[in-house]
Amino acid sequence: MILSVLSSLVLVSGLMVVRAKNPVHSVLFPILVFCDTSGLLLLLGLDFSAMIFPVVHIGAIAVSFLFVVMMFHIQIAEIHEEVLRYLPVSGIIGLIFWWEMFFILDNETIPLLPTQRNTTSLRYTVYAVKVRSWTNLETLGNLLYTYYFVWFLVPSLILLVAMIGAIVLTMHRTTHGAVKRQDVFRRNAISFRRTIMRRTTDPITR
Amino acid sequence: MMLEHILVLSAYLFSIGIYGLITSQNMVRALMCLELILNAVNINFVTFSDFFDSRQLKGNIFSIFVIAIAAAEVAIGSAIVSSIYRTRKSTRINQSTLLNK
Repeated sequence: MILSVLSSLVLVSGLMVVRAKNPVHSVLFPILVFCDTSGLLLLLGLDFSAMIFPVVHIGAIAVSFLFVVMMFHIQIAEIHEEVLRYLPVSGIIGLIFWWEMFFILDNETIPLLPTQRNTTSLRYTVYAVKVRSWTNLETLGNLLYTYYFVWFLVPSLILLVAMIGAIVLTMHRTTHGAVKRQDVFRRNAISFRRTIMRRTTDPITR
Repeated sequence: MMLEHILVLSAYLFSIGIYGLITSQNMVRALMCLELILNAVNINFVTFSDFFDSRQLKGNIFSIFVIAIAAAEVAIGSAIVSSIYRTRKSTRINQSTLLNK
């Protein structure tokens, strides 16, 4: 029952992202989608992923988009006159997509339509849980930090590049002169023991 | 019973994301639909790994990387949208059809 409630919320919110008139609403509805996705992951028993999804998706991604939307004056009323122009070709492509998906989805292991109801649905028994029950965090760490640690370090470099790129892209022309720079060779030539400072104002007696 | 429900849900989210990405005039809405697409792919990977790979959870590990790439792409996308808005003062996509206006 909880699955149906969460799934229907996801369905409605996903549709409202596209059809919302206000662009701020189309940034707020994916927050609802991410919350319900995290609830779905909790139902699956993956607690770590269910906690990481709100932290990253809502706390970082949706907040960044809210900053972008709030800073700019985005026109509220969108004219939907262009939607019907794409409808014949996109409708055919969408129908082909869904038709192919029904070939994959409607087989014995994944029964969708009532045509495959003679075979009982497979019951999945996970025997690894009965021997020693690992948490989600333990299983992820067992692979991620031992065998695939290079794969783990590469996204950190990608995030570093993204951070630097975001700063470089938004450096306005007027902030070019105001951004403080350092001269590397001068900074290396300064040494503490050879520096004599002359103080011109007395800080106590002013 | 839960596997196919979640798979159909992720397929539906993917379709809605592609539809919104292609037919949206607003740049911020297109980027948000891209996040929907990545979320649907994450659900798919995580569900398959939970049902069929309970010992190693390789799909779950891949979904961690997808989340990291999505966060990086959000930063760069927001920076690009900010720069475009600063020069053109509007966020409509169909105004960007000419190379140098």
